[in-house]
Amino acid sequence: MKKLGLIVNPVAGLGGSVGLKGSDGREIVERALELGAIPQAGRRAATALKSLLSLKDNIDLYTFSGEMGEIPAREAGLQPIVLGSETLVSSNVPNADLLATTAADTVMAAQRMKEIPVDLLLFAGGDGTARNVFDAVGSDLVVVGIPAGVKIHSGVYGVNPRNAGLLAYEYLLTGNMRTRESEVMDIDEDAFRQERLSARLYGYMKTPASVTRLQGGKMSVRGDMDSVHGIARYINETIDQDTLYIMGPGGTTAEIMKQMDLPNTLLGVDLVFNRRILANDVGISDILQQLDLIERAKIIVTPIGGQGNLFGRGNQQVGAPVIRCVGKSDIVVVATQAKLNSFYGKHLITDTGDTDLDEELSGYIRVVTGYRRETVFRIGC
Amino acid sequence: MTEINRYHDIDTGYHAVRWNEPNIYNLGRKGIKNEILPPVDAEIETCIGDAQSLIPAKMQRKKAPVLPELSEPEVVRHYTRLSQSNFGYDSGNTIGLGTCTMKYSPKVNDMLASMSCIYDLHPLQDDSQIQGFLQIMYELRCWLNEIAGMDEFTFQPRGGAHGVFANAAMIKAYHQSRGESFRDEIITSAVSHPANSGCPAVLGFKVITLYPDPVTGDIGLEQMKAAISPRTAGMMMTAPYDTGVFDTHFGDYIDMVHEAGGLVSLDQANFNGVMGHLRAGDLGADMMHFNLHKTFSTPHGSVGPGCGAVGVKSFLSPFLPVPVVQYDGVTYSSDYDRPDSIGKVGSFLGNIGSVIRAYAWIKALGARGITEAARMAVMNNNYLIKKMLEVKGIEIAWPNRAKLQEARFTADKIFQDTGVTTFDINRRVVDYGISSYFESHEPMIVPNPITPEPSDSVTVDDLDRFAFIFESISNEAYRDPQIVKTAPHRCTLHRIDEGPLQDPDQLATTWRAFLKRNPDFVQRKGI
Repeated sequence: MKKLGLIVNPVAGLGGSVGLKGSDGREIVERALELGAIPQAGRRAATALKSLLSLKDNIDLYTFSGEMGEIPAREAGLQPIVLGSETLVSSNVPNADLLATTAADTVMAAQRMKEIPVDLLLFAGGDGTARNVFDAVGSDLVVVGIPAGVKIHSGVYGVNPRNAGLLAYEYLLTGNMRTRESEVMDIDEDAFRQERLSARLYGYMKTPASVTRLQGGKMSVRGDMDSVHGIARYINETIDQDTLYIMGPGGTTAEIMKQMDLPNTLLGVDLVFNRRILANDVGISDILQQLDLIERAKIIVTPIGGQGNLFGRGNQQVGAPVIRCVGKSDIVVVATQAKLNSFYGKHLITDTGDTDLDEELSGYIRVVTGYRRETVFRIGC
Repeated sequence: MTEINRYHDIDTGYHAVRWNEPNIYNLGRKGIKNEILPPVDAEIETCIGDAQSLIPAKMQRKKAPVLPELSEPEVVRHYTRLSQSNFGYDSGNTIGLGTCTMKYSPKVNDMLASMSCIYDLHPLQDDSQIQGFLQIMYELRCWLNEIAGMDEFTFQPRGGAHGVFANAAMIKAYHQSRGESFRDEIITSAVSHPANSGCPAVLGFKVITLYPDPVTGDIGLEQMKAAISPRTAGMMMTAPYDTGVFDTHFGDYIDMVHEAGGLVSLDQANFNGVMGHLRAGDLGADMMHFNLHKTFSTPHGSVGPGCGAVGVKSFLSPFLPVPVVQYDGVTYSSDYDRPDSIGKVGSFLGNIGSVIRAYAWIKALGARGITEAARMAVMNNNYLIKKMLEVKGIEIAWPNRAKLQEARFTADKIFQDTGVTTFDINRRVVDYGISSYFESHEPMIVPNPITPEPSDSVTVDDLDRFAFIFESISNEAYRDPQIVKTAPHRCTLHRIDEGPLQDPDQLATTWRAFLKRNPDFVQRKGI
């Protein structure tokens, strides 16, 4: 018997349908309900679960009561094992589940799944939910996200609920599918509601490696890992002397640092000079200070998340003054071909907060995609 | 896990031959012998001595090869069954195999290539004894020069990628000869055959890949400008693209690369749609290659005997691989005395069967015939596009661009609606008794791609049948996706576990590699 966990964030997506750009926090949920928002997360979870019906006699489905999993599971025709309802307020008040569900519930629920432990954890929500699950399970469990939230920037989500379900089905059925590290992204909801975008990379969770069913996972995954090694080797071989390297966040730059045998900050910016670490996890003022001292500098940066953000998301430390000081020709963009493919039809984005600079950065740029491999890609503004 | 019901409502009126035969290495028994030879006559032994002593010691095997031991009938059955599991142009509809230009190979050309005077030639036969054959090579070279607008041709490369490799090697040799070895960048496109990035990479070039514009399908001048640098060694691209689009600006790109000091190599594997209508030389290319085994009808597939005929402008002729067939007005000869040559890229004169068949095909069609063949290929493709776009959930990439020899469709709508991917559909089409189709080269920039290519030698019934099969599968996907997702149901093999194919730690391309990676298996079987 395989063990499948299910957590539904019942309020996910609630705000979006009434134009609230997110659903984090009780106030927002209340307001969304007042505005007539209809909860969608349960329905989307049920759509995903229907793909698992043929496995129903071969899996134990663990979930929580009510809208947090039990109702969508039964709606899909599955018989779940309902875990303790201590995380939920039981009441006859309409929408009690919705109002009572907090981020802490998701965290607690995910922790329970980790204790069992389940073979695969399906969760329905948005970027906030992914973050909460990440806080609880890190990379200890294999997860698949059912997209139900307003914001889906994280790579842990299926391209739609059906494909999230199909991926879970394939993972449980084959038993030997490879896994990969997928990005957990979220944006600051307060800023987002004020029309300002500010996203960051929170970390990586383990998902089944899928060519087609996950957000931004469009190519052979093994090939992608090899490309990351190739990129790192190439950058490592071409490091210039007496040059300050400003290493942006992300898995690709992490591999470059690993090959140089230097300590790295996965979600922050590090400074390297003559193959030695100058400082880890620096802020913009630290970088500017070093730029005053060192004449030549290069920025190594990788687009973060599913939107193709080169600057202004998750790497705000590399802000406009830093970019101006370094100059466009010394920006080295690194990304695997698979990552670039996920932006095909769009273009890379910069949002440095300095519209003139964004304009200057726009146009075609060479992106290092492997060992002595480059692709020309467009930056828009 | 529950066994999936694979046999519900799936009858397509076809079933492939299905033999429950294991890998040949798992067949046979130790000690089974065939062809037990009598001992050598004493008289012969006295004259010649021990036959083994004739082979130099360092060439002798230390251990006998580990081959399966079977009786002759078992071996015959094995190969007969393998041949029955095969599928090719002569078995059925192969329209799906885009970029492969599957066309009929006339049997009369096979007969010519199989004639004893060709078939029994020794690879080391002296030029004076194969004048007729060298004449065929020389004349074919002249015809291809005319078709391509080039000055010299070689038939040495054994396939398309091999031809691309020869061209990349010549680009390298050319710059070296001019003292410009610093030129180490090759520009290619994401809609060219990947050999155009793989071959230069193998030769140490840095490869810069350009993407087609999502709307126009062209690369565009701005992007090309960003790729060109003082280190540009050349541009190696397929034209027309694998999407059937002929880039509007191709002539401009060639001029830009030339201005930067680079060479231009055109991969004309997709020549079928422009054959007789466009010459690489007129466009400005310095070198190019044809796949005789595609455009010129010689059989191909599964690394079969092909020929990547490489053509160059006269200034690159010194770099051609040896030998080059020459004619002095009296005698034909194989010219090996070319000091600037990149050397040999293959043994002897090449796959001469391909040369004979292509020669016969061009001779039969003539100048007007091959031009007409290209028109028919383009017409067939555009008829198929119309039929395919009537299928629910099938769309086409770059819909506003005219398509030549093929087109890239996308089943992404079917995927979004039903979860059925192009890979699932591809496993289902074979249940209908046609070949699987070509999805796309990497990088797969069109999601859930389908790239069929109807050549000049398909019928309207073939085209209608092909589109009908997609219509049936689309209906299945919307009605009961499991039918498609668990396919194939009526083929020689059911689904294979593709996980190991993506994992170099598990992938074994030979039996020996398999044994090395699976010690448990070796122990269990006592091998």
